[in-house]
Amino acid sequence: MSPDASPGFWLTGLAIVAGVLFVLGLLAAAGRVRAAYWATLAVCAAGAVLDLGFLAAGHAGPPLSVPIGLPGAGIQLALDGISAFFLLLLMLIGAAAAATALDDHGHYNSTAALLPVFIGAMTLSLLAADAFSLVLGFEAMSLASFGLVLTNHTDPPVRSAALLYLGMAALGAACLIPAMALLVHLEPGAVDLSFAAIREHPPQGWRAIAILVLVLIGAGSKAGLAPLHVWLPPAHAAAPSHVSALMSGAMTKVALYVIVRMLFDLCGPAQPIWWGVPLMALGAMGAVLGALRANIEGDITAVRACSTVENIGLIAVGLGLALAARSADLPALAALAMGGALLHVMAHGLFKSLLFLGAGAALHGAGTRALERLGGLIHRMPVTTGCMLVGAACLAALPPTSGFASEWTLFQAVLAGPRIGGVALQTLICVVALLMALAAALAAAAAVRLIGVGFLGRPRTPRTAAAHEVGYAAQLAMLAMALLCLLAGLFPGAVLAAAAAGLKQTVGLTMAGRSSLLLVTPQAGSPGYAAPAIAALLGLALAGVVWVVRRRATGGSRRGPAWDCGFGPPPAWLPFGDPITQYGGASFGQPLRRALGVALLGAFELVDMPEPGQTRAARLIVRSKDPASALLFKPVARWRDALSGYADHLQFLTIRRTLSVIFGVVVLFLLAVVLLEQL
Amino acid sequence: MSTIIALIAQLLHIALMLAAAPLLIGLIRRIKARLLGRAGPSLIQPFRDLQRLLRKQPVLADNASWLFAAAPAVSFAATLAAAALIPSFALGMTTAPLADMIVIAGLLTLSRVVLALAGMDIGTAFGGIGASREMTFAVFAEPALLLVIFTLALLAGSTNLDVIATVLREGTLGLRVSLGLSMVAVITIAIVENGRIPVDNPATHLELTMVHEAMVLEYSGRHLALIEWGVALRLLLWLTLICTIFVPFGSGQASGFPPYWITGALAWAAKLGVLAIALAVFESSIAKMRVFRVPEFLGIALLLGVLAVIFLFVSQGFT
Amino acid sequence: MTPHLAYGAFSYDLAHLLGAAVLVLSFGLLYQRRLTSIIAIYALQSVVLAIAATWQGWVQDSAHLYVTALIALCAKGVAIPLALRNIVFRLRIERSVDAALGVFPSMALGVAVATLSILVVLPNTIESETLTREDLALALSVVMLGLLSMITRRSALTQVIGFMSMENGLILAAVGLPGMPLIVELSVAVLVMLAFVVFGVFFFRIRDQFDSLDVSHLDRVGGTHK
Repeated sequence: MSPDASPGFWLTGLAIVAGVLFVLGLLAAAGRVRAAYWATLAVCAAGAVLDLGFLAAGHAGPPLSVPIGLPGAGIQLALDGISAFFLLLLMLIGAAAAATALDDHGHYNSTAALLPVFIGAMTLSLLAADAFSLVLGFEAMSLASFGLVLTNHTDPPVRSAALLYLGMAALGAACLIPAMALLVHLEPGAVDLSFAAIREHPPQGWRAIAILVLVLIGAGSKAGLAPLHVWLPPAHAAAPSHVSALMSGAMTKVALYVIVRMLFDLCGPAQPIWWGVPLMALGAMGAVLGALRANIEGDITAVRACSTVENIGLIAVGLGLALAARSADLPALAALAMGGALLHVMAHGLFKSLLFLGAGAALHGAGTRALERLGGLIHRMPVTTGCMLVGAACLAALPPTSGFASEWTLFQAVLAGPRIGGVALQTLICVVALLMALAAALAAAAAVRLIGVGFLGRPRTPRTAAAHEVGYAAQLAMLAMALLCLLAGLFPGAVLAAAAAGLKQTVGLTMAGRSSLLLVTPQAGSPGYAAPAIAALLGLALAGVVWVVRRRATGGSRRGPAWDCGFGPPPAWLPFGDPITQYGGASFGQPLRRALGVALLGAFELVDMPEPGQTRAARLIVRSKDPASALLFKPVARWRDALSGYADHLQFLTIRRTLSVIFGVVVLFLLAVVLLEQL
Repeated sequence: MSTIIALIAQLLHIALMLAAAPLLIGLIRRIKARLLGRAGPSLIQPFRDLQRLLRKQPVLADNASWLFAAAPAVSFAATLAAAALIPSFALGMTTAPLADMIVIAGLLTLSRVVLALAGMDIGTAFGGIGASREMTFAVFAEPALLLVIFTLALLAGSTNLDVIATVLREGTLGLRVSLGLSMVAVITIAIVENGRIPVDNPATHLELTMVHEAMVLEYSGRHLALIEWGVALRLLLWLTLICTIFVPFGSGQASGFPPYWITGALAWAAKLGVLAIALAVFESSIAKMRVFRVPEFLGIALLLGVLAVIFLFVSQGFT
Repeated sequence: MTPHLAYGAFSYDLAHLLGAAVLVLSFGLLYQRRLTSIIAIYALQSVVLAIAATWQGWVQDSAHLYVTALIALCAKGVAIPLALRNIVFRLRIERSVDAALGVFPSMALGVAVATLSILVVLPNTIESETLTREDLALALSVVMLGLLSMITRRSALTQVIGFMSMENGLILAAVGLPGMPLIVELSVAVLVMLAFVVFGVFFFRIRDQFDSLDVSHLDRVGGTHK
């Protein structure tokens, strides 16, 4: 630590948290896995407390220099409003994931060492105050999560998912590092990588455009922004559930943080209005695509992963709108959009990790995550189902949950968006609003499908019928997350207050005067959304209904076989009835698959009907493909093959030709240098 | 003092909504019966039905969970909360600052999601088919509704229903093409949300053509009474919403002189009567459509909503 | 520009609302699949057009617009639809039309085309009178939708109706422009009648020849290959 500066108490504490997390990796590698999990839980909880302390009392101090990393420069760490907001989310999810991991019965010991390292790397990227440490943290995070995805590496699908994930991470690095290099201001003699130096020379012209594109690809691919979201569903389905919770809840948010840090903070406010357009357009497309796929996928983890794509899309719309509004000099609208985006970051981070933990509980208790094999868990796993109901209510954006509060704020921002001006942009915003609403409604359908098929109804297999509740540590983690979700929903103003410093820093204005603990409004003095009042109204209505029914109606109830329009009760050899007579995941999604899936996902159905006399069962084959993989990844793979084919020819050249190729390359390189010097 | 008067108006409004909902159903059934040449049941027959159902003890299926038993009350409460927010005879009631249109849409979604979950809880094919179709229709109805909210918010500067109704009641905006397009969209959405012909038939007895009725097939006794009452309340709510936005004239002010409430209530009743007759005539003259055509039907509402918003952008009225 | 045609005035608003109603009915034509309903919607559109023309006649105080309204009402609101229904029943055509494009894509295309028309007309005519601007935008949308419904349908009969709905759009534009001489409308009306006769003959020819009203049977005659 350099002696002349006095970094704040909170920052020092959090830097120690990050360091301890890396050390805990060693502890787990040494075989003390449970101790490492316990310690991770404690350290993350301490980190959350420290972070809250900073948000409540602290102010951004000078950066902290740590003498590791680049020779002579070391790395610099700092804490400010925007990183503290994301860090709070990371610490909460990290604690919940570590608690759930305690309950894993040693299944995941092979990669246990990577869990604290993963959290530590994310902490490092959030605390980073110079280009080098940000890239270092980000790439360490990618590698650690790649290892964690490989936990069940004996399954071939897991290996291919991990490989795809690694490829996308490499692409991300290949874009993010040049973006950072373009940002850094080059002065003869001294290269200063710190953010403070970058802020003094914001990029302009082609350099700014190149940075925008590279950041959108580099960080956007990690966040799951369409069309680079293809890795997300397989990787989340392959990883253990507490890792998926971290990846979906926290890692995608770290990637969003990088987008915010680079586009809002480091690139400065003097950027054109159209800067927000790519984020808005990609976000809206991804939202619809993800939400639609969430209605079609058959694995509950894949359903959640697709819904992550949806929510990242919604957040990206908010970010894009905030960028555009800030450039159009409408700070109030920019703050509203950014506030909505940050609210949704918090809401989604909390409820999505809750849902992933619940999916892990289902896997643990019922032995499967396939919707077609689950069912009826509400009877055998009441705590898990209760928590999943809370998470699904947030996912479906039902008032008064956190999902609704954040989407309400985002919608208010979008509805006020036409004020930015220009008929083309207004028309785009109208379409974006339509797509957002479509995505929200699709998410509600996906939530009903998830809970209705997976957790309600009758068990579809004997293993599911014998499901058992998960251990206390995992239950407590889920209950704590559910409680946090409910609190964030009831008091969105508190979350916005936690984001105030970040808002001030990114868009120059906070939501002060427009949000209090009880009320969030789009404009000062106008009516808005009062979550506690809506909750109270609902509660009063419910109490009134119950009171009237108690007084007026006949009490009690009788049990009997389901009426089901006269279907007989199930025979003795099928104690839960024939599972085929129950609606499953594929059948629930059928209307949407037909109405939207055919056009957007190229879905098709094939009925394999046996001839009369044959005894085999009829089968329904349903396939769909993501347009991003069909239109982007497949052609890219073809080009890659073609390119490697050409490259193959180089091996068989004569020496003279090989030398001339080398000569040509060197000349081209020199030409490029000359051209760049002219610029 | 004005707070107390506003509160009285609020309570009166809720009581009126609860009482008028079954009456509206009775009225529509009566008109439809007359159109078909039958005498039709008495206007208060829905009340009698509710009372009969309340007296009966419900039969729960063997594997029904707590969610199944709780769903009707939660769903009804959500509908009631939404109904409390939509002004009927007077604007400026106690809940007026809460009456955000997106919140109202959210409360209606809550009511629908809870019932859809309950439909899945028994694990019968009918419950599943109903829940699946209900959620599919909502996927298309909600964006259309949001676009209508978009238009109204651009015109009135707020998504608060009370503010919108106040602005529209003053009539300074004139007849807008966007409002006309929005009205067509809202009527389409209302037909779908309430499961009326041609989307769903509330009176059918053929299970495969039912949507909402299939979803609540397993309910009986007091649970069914709450669901039926909730359905009636939802219809009243939508018709009142249409009146409030597109025919806002005649409604009183809650903080104002209470006798004006009476004229407001009379105007409300007259508007509802006209809408009920229109609905009955419409339902009697067309046939139910295939389920897979409903998204197309709603697609019209969606696209008209887009057109309404875009028209607003480019016409002189919005800058 | 007459002062009572200012924006926000009742006469102006009602004229636009009627124009919008014509546009909505055009969407109805695009959406509807059953022949009899298509004919009914066309009749309704013509009646609304007649009302719009009457209203404009009253506002602009010009008698020839009443004539236009009368033509629209009698010929297109009553006579042609009745004749078309007659054809449907006499030829025992299948009541549902097979569309070349699904309903939702064609509707989405319709909205895109209508948006385009509005975006093209409104900013380009910023100096001209308000009344003309929005009416022109609506009318152009109706024309484009008529063309679209001709493209998206295979049946000859629906193509005829699409054609006539295009013509409705032209009339809508004409009644919105003050000082449009009657002769234009008359000639257009005659043109439609001619087209109607031509298409009527045409139906019987296809019917005799191919036993169907599907114009794709004509592809072979034209030498194109499907």
